[in-house]
Amino acid sequence: MIRALKVFVFLLCLGPFLLLIWGALTANLGANPVENITHTTGDWILRFLVLTLCITPLRRLTGWNQAIRFRRMLGLFAFFYACLHFSIYALSIANLNLSEIGTDIAKRPYVTVGFTGFVLMIPLAVTSTKKWIGRLGGRRWQALHRLIYVSAIAGVLHYLWLVKADIRFPVRYGVVVGLLLTFRVWTTVRSRQTVTQVSGG
Amino acid sequence: MLIRQATDIPSSEITSEYVYRNRRQFLKAAAATLGAAGLGSIIPTSAYASSKYDTDEMQTPAENVSSYNNYYEFGTGKDEPVVNAKGFKLRPWTVQVSGMVKKPATYNLDDLLRGITMEDRIYRMRCVERWSMVIPWHGIPLASVINKLEPLPSAKFIKMQTLYAPDRMPEQKRPILHWPYTEGLRMDEAMNELAFLAVGVYGKEGPAQNGAPLRLITPWKYGFKGVKAIVKIEFTDKMPLSAWNEEAPHEYGFYANVNPNVDHPRWSQASEARLTGGLFDQLRPIKTRMFNGYGQYVEKMYSGMDLRANF
Repeated sequence: MIRALKVFVFLLCLGPFLLLIWGALTANLGANPVENITHTTGDWILRFLVLTLCITPLRRLTGWNQAIRFRRMLGLFAFFYACLHFSIYALSIANLNLSEIGTDIAKRPYVTVGFTGFVLMIPLAVTSTKKWIGRLGGRRWQALHRLIYVSAIAGVLHYLWLVKADIRFPVRYGVVVGLLLTFRVWTTVRSRQTVTQVSGG
Repeated sequence: MLIRQATDIPSSEITSEYVYRNRRQFLKAAAATLGAAGLGSIIPTSAYASSKYDTDEMQTPAENVSSYNNYYEFGTGKDEPVVNAKGFKLRPWTVQVSGMVKKPATYNLDDLLRGITMEDRIYRMRCVERWSMVIPWHGIPLASVINKLEPLPSAKFIKMQTLYAPDRMPEQKRPILHWPYTEGLRMDEAMNELAFLAVGVYGKEGPAQNGAPLRLITPWKYGFKGVKAIVKIEFTDKMPLSAWNEEAPHEYGFYANVNPNVDHPRWSQASEARLTGGLFDQLRPIKTRMFNGYGQYVEKMYSGMDLRANF
């Protein structure tokens, strides 16, 4: 049952990518195809980061522990769209010019922060397997994977700093990411209080 | 009784958009061929008011020119104005002329344009966002309107404003920019032979999302200078505060001349994506040229000016 559902979710996650391919093949990506691809993949990175961050609260609030079985896939899809997003920038905007990419990363805060968010996802993608959880040990693995919080915040800042005047969309992502991170702070504080109470009593 | 119907025109006689778009090249080629045959003189030189300022670079398809627009009054997404400007009425339209001018009045647009021959100008348009198009504008030189209005010698700048009507321009209900959108030029810039008032694109008036019924075109400057749906023109001795300059003064200056050597604080302006309609053309950005390649017509206006400080 879960297996079938996973296949279904996988295909769903691949949907935006397939639509872009279809759009490119049929010359249907609008007047500025590169911008379209950049914005579409950028949006999906943030959406997948948010979905990945939703798994823990979902488990805590609903008790549906099977949700954990989708987390890795959602996280990897965030990384997949981040790779596409970076590639289209490097290929068309920076014209594969390494010094220009370097200048952008060093000089332009929105690129710096976006690139940081992307780079921090690499170790998470690499260590996303069961084997790596075993190799690192659960506690250390979990600590490492908290880097996703940084990537999510970086993603929102990247978006916020690049829009010209209308900040509605980045602010919406910011609010959602903020809520999801607040949930973690709240549960951590609460569990510490419980521990203190238990040990104190 | 004979009733003529549209079908009386065989479709073979209707110029295809491709030929229309490339008519200058077609005429040139035809003239060259006939010229070689000693028949050049029988070709009328201007079926369309062909201008010496025209570029022969590949033009952006009409549907792209009119479906990808920065026009925040109709939505901040570039695909929104084509939808939200549908049904925007281009008439009646008045333009209020005020300030240091001999003939201040509120003019009916058609009266203001009367007696001035419409022209087509194929200009490059470079957006500050690093993309560019090649667009045949339909309209009149700005100087012809200014001459008609007779500004006083004390006028140093011209200020132009977009219509403010939140019921017709829905996004004006939100404080995205300081409405109404305002832009301005120094008088010598306004009188420059390239400065143009477009009433439309591709040989006809409209559509609204391209700024009709009246918008400014200054091809050596970034696209945001091109104030759309103009209802006010004021002649003044003070440099007007333009919309984007007011929004982010460190990013958008008054002059806004296309300059590959002065970066936008958030991105380089050294290159641009030329939107020709194809995906693969765009994968290779082209180098942005000083004054968008119009230096020969405009650079003398800025001699001695520090264009890094006056961006």
